Amino acid sequence: MTDVPLDRIRNFSIIAHIDHGKSTLADRLIQHTGAVTAREMKEQLLDNMELERERGITIKAQTVRLNYQAKDGLTYTLNLMDTPGHVDFAYEVSRSLAACEGSLLVVDASQGVEAQTLANVYQAIDANHEIVPVLNKIDLPAAEPDRVKQQIEDVIGLDASDAVMISAKTGLNIEGVLEAIVTRLPPPKGDVNATTKALLVDSWYDAYLGVVVLVRVKDGELRKGQRIRMMSNGSVHTIEQVGVFTPKMVPVDRLSPGEMGFVTAAIKTVADTNVGDTITDDRNPATEPLPGFKPSIPVVWCGLYPVDADDFEKLRESLAKLRLNDASFHYEPETSAALGFGYRCGFLGLLHLEIIQERLSREFDLDLIATAPSVVYKIRKTNGEEMELHNPADMPDGSVVDVIEEPWIKATIMVPDDYLGPVLTLCNERRGRQIELTYVGNRAMAVYRLPLNEVVFDFYDRLKSVSRGYASFDYQQDGYEEGDLVKISILVNAEPVDALSFMAHRSAADRRGRSICEKLKELIPRQLFKIPIQAAIGSRVIARETISALSKDVTAKCYGGDITRKRKLLEKQKEGKKRMRQFGKVEIPQSAFIAALKMDA
Amino acid sequence: MREPLALYIHWPFCAAKCPYCDFNSHVRERVDHAAFAAALRAELAREAARTGRRPLASIFFGGGTPSLMRPETVAALIADATALFDPLPDLEITLEANPTSVERDKLRGFREAGVNRVSLGVQALEPESLAFLGRRHDAGEAIAALETARAIFSRVSFDLIYARPGQAEADWRAELRRALALAADHLSLYQLTIEPGTQFATLHGRGDFRLPEGEDAARLYTATAEEAAAFGLLSYEISNYAKPGAESRHNLAYWRYGDYIGIGAGAHQRLTLDGEIIAARRHRAPEEWLLRVQRDGHAVVDEQELSARDRAREALLMGLRLTEGVDPARIEARSTMPFAEAVDLRMLDSLAGEGLLAWRDGRLVATTDGLLRLDAILPLLVN
Repeated sequence: MTDVPLDRIRNFSIIAHIDHGKSTLADRLIQHTGAVTAREMKEQLLDNMELERERGITIKAQTVRLNYQAKDGLTYTLNLMDTPGHVDFAYEVSRSLAACEGSLLVVDASQGVEAQTLANVYQAIDANHEIVPVLNKIDLPAAEPDRVKQQIEDVIGLDASDAVMISAKTGLNIEGVLEAIVTRLPPPKGDVNATTKALLVDSWYDAYLGVVVLVRVKDGELRKGQRIRMMSNGSVHTIEQVGVFTPKMVPVDRLSPGEMGFVTAAIKTVADTNVGDTITDDRNPATEPLPGFKPSIPVVWCGLYPVDADDFEKLRESLAKLRLNDASFHYEPETSAALGFGYRCGFLGLLHLEIIQERLSREFDLDLIATAPSVVYKIRKTNGEEMELHNPADMPDGSVVDVIEEPWIKATIMVPDDYLGPVLTLCNERRGRQIELTYVGNRAMAVYRLPLNEVVFDFYDRLKSVSRGYASFDYQQDGYEEGDLVKISILVNAEPVDALSFMAHRSAADRRGRSICEKLKELIPRQLFKIPIQAAIGSRVIARETISALSKDVTAKCYGGDITRKRKLLEKQKEGKKRMRQFGKVEIPQSAFIAALKMDA
Repeated sequence: MREPLALYIHWPFCAAKCPYCDFNSHVRERVDHAAFAAALRAELAREAARTGRRPLASIFFGGGTPSLMRPETVAALIADATALFDPLPDLEITLEANPTSVERDKLRGFREAGVNRVSLGVQALEPESLAFLGRRHDAGEAIAALETARAIFSRVSFDLIYARPGQAEADWRAELRRALALAADHLSLYQLTIEPGTQFATLHGRGDFRLPEGEDAARLYTATAEEAAAFGLLSYEISNYAKPGAESRHNLAYWRYGDYIGIGAGAHQRLTLDGEIIAARRHRAPEEWLLRVQRDGHAVVDEQELSARDRAREALLMGLRLTEGVDPARIEARSTMPFAEAVDLRMLDSLAGEGLLAWRDGRLVATTDGLLRLDAILPLLVN
């Protein structure tokens, strides 16, 4: 392999809202071209990780090479690029798209266009993609292909008259999709004689191979034994293996322009392989990297603490292992009076945070507490010093703070107009500023600027609940702005619980303070003592609740010689106390922390 | 010093299973009295062979319903025990009895067998409550049984269960006063609790009735202590009230974490042997228990040396139920663990500061408020 002429290659990705059938379509394309036997076929072939399968989302980019004999009698190499499908991975998505020349835009023929579809399709347009609309699930009784075609034209501005009508589930018209890929998407361009430039699309850690790098060759070639250089950091590696995914890893002699595949080069950690980087030949390097490279910067931070303090070491090892495979995630040690030893961790977004947390609990069997997610604030002190604040606990005293700036986002929300009212109210409550409000049929599209701080705090949940799940949401970062922000401390029995402190806009401080006090009152079981719970800004208390003392808790009957049972009970209670955090003489069960930190207001 | 012994003898049979009861009791058409008597005597002989002659402070026939035993079985066991051990001069021999007319007629036989104290399972004096609790006697029978018992025995106790569904404080006070007027020297007054696996657990679980909780239960508890005190019965344990000197010596042995032998199906024991405290338990199922005793001479299924930590925990969780509390020296002697290690002293001070624990004459006691919340205190206090 693989001297396929450029004009017989098509590189494409699939853009779809979650559940609109991207993975099912990918599976059908793989099946139809015979890349895997029926026996090997499992649902959603490309989503490897258990978590990806379960949530139907793709975290890592993946490719699969399909050989398709078209109606014109020629055999084409089709490289399907499966991209991460969530706003948190917008940059990763943009790099995956940059590796392709075209996209299939898959839209559910009954649901229509969603916010996430929109964000990704705009990215594809930015990447100069040719886009083929595909209407999926046209076999369903609720399908309204004409309405959805019209919507695609109105909202996105794409000609949908030639949209391919399919049912990925039943396999209806998969051939039509393959033909459209061949006839309607452009072949890649590239020059095999130019200096080597390959786009680093993604990478992951494999226990046997080391880091596997997913690449798209633009110019030149990649071959075994070649010394390559990463242009962003100058590191040099010798290629051990190049290959393609069928979706199995199959070694090839070289990867030429227009081709996608993998490279292994004894790279120890994915932190050395930055998504979007340009790989070039070390002896004959390119002068200019490919455009669009950005180092990944966490936008959301939170503390992660082991429930059982003895698990700290295990947490450290697990984080290190995760980082082997996910360089976009950052961590540094942190201690909390409430939670003990843990790590401050930075993520690309809330989903990313959740994924890491779930992987820690699932793959590493760790029981963790996460503190409230915090965005990164920029603080200018009165002495002119500037700092970035990742953790509300580190907030300097109000008297020395001159200006606090917070990150904003531009959010796109699509919602049936029945639910528009509550959605707009929610955005306004969260200090949102409307930029645009348009209607397509009975669906509204609202574009808002919002402080990210208001979004990390239960915005998704609220949005889902006020729209009964019909609203879709997407966002991109949109700079920093000065804000009237305060740190709210929570005091239990007059002692501050550092893990519960948070930043809020002054206008929301009372409401948020009250709501967390009320929540804690419900969550903390009555104890031997009366427990005051307060929310405060500095020394000023803004909300207060009291948990009254336990009135009776004693076993009535305790004679007979079965002391063992009573001792076992005591041991169980004491075991339960391990999950409690001591505040002076007050014990707060971790479940209360977790629930308070989750707070769906 | 030879730790005096308390001897517990379990009779695992009942005429019917009460819906609240989670004790090891079984209903059988026919019981081979001779075989069970022989087996009990065999277990007793085996334990005596292990302990050697020790002072014997009490014998307690519990169940089940030991008043269903034949008096000659009781007599034989008492005779064996007093021969195998050194009975203290004031040896207390208690038998639990149900106040039905049949069992009342047997009381004299038990007295002749050597029993010197009876504990009657009266449970309630209200007809509706007796029916709810599944008791097979009525209030009249209960009172008659009590009067008979008082005529025969110098020491009489009975049990009542309160904090029943919908029970008003005033009603309970009135019922309790009627009970107190029956002039027992000891009362066990238990708040009704729902134990897993009982019929009540099922009924309660599906919401058929609700029990007084929290403040209401606390008020009933306080009312109970007040009424008992008015009749000269003082609380000496969370649910037990006695005229001074009339406390159950046998139960005190448990609470003071003394040595006790427990024979019969499902009985537990704690024995100091060669400086170790050995915990043991016997097979719960009566027939299997019998088979094993006949085959092996005993039906012990689980026997282990207790660690110092376990001993300290057991001594504290039992001892703090008593109004007299615990003597740190006694805890240390029984556990071989320094008191400062057995409890969290900082927490102790804090709990004392809240008025839940106190030091009295060198003993650590739970105050009245503390006793009411003991289950919450123990996991904090005990290391």
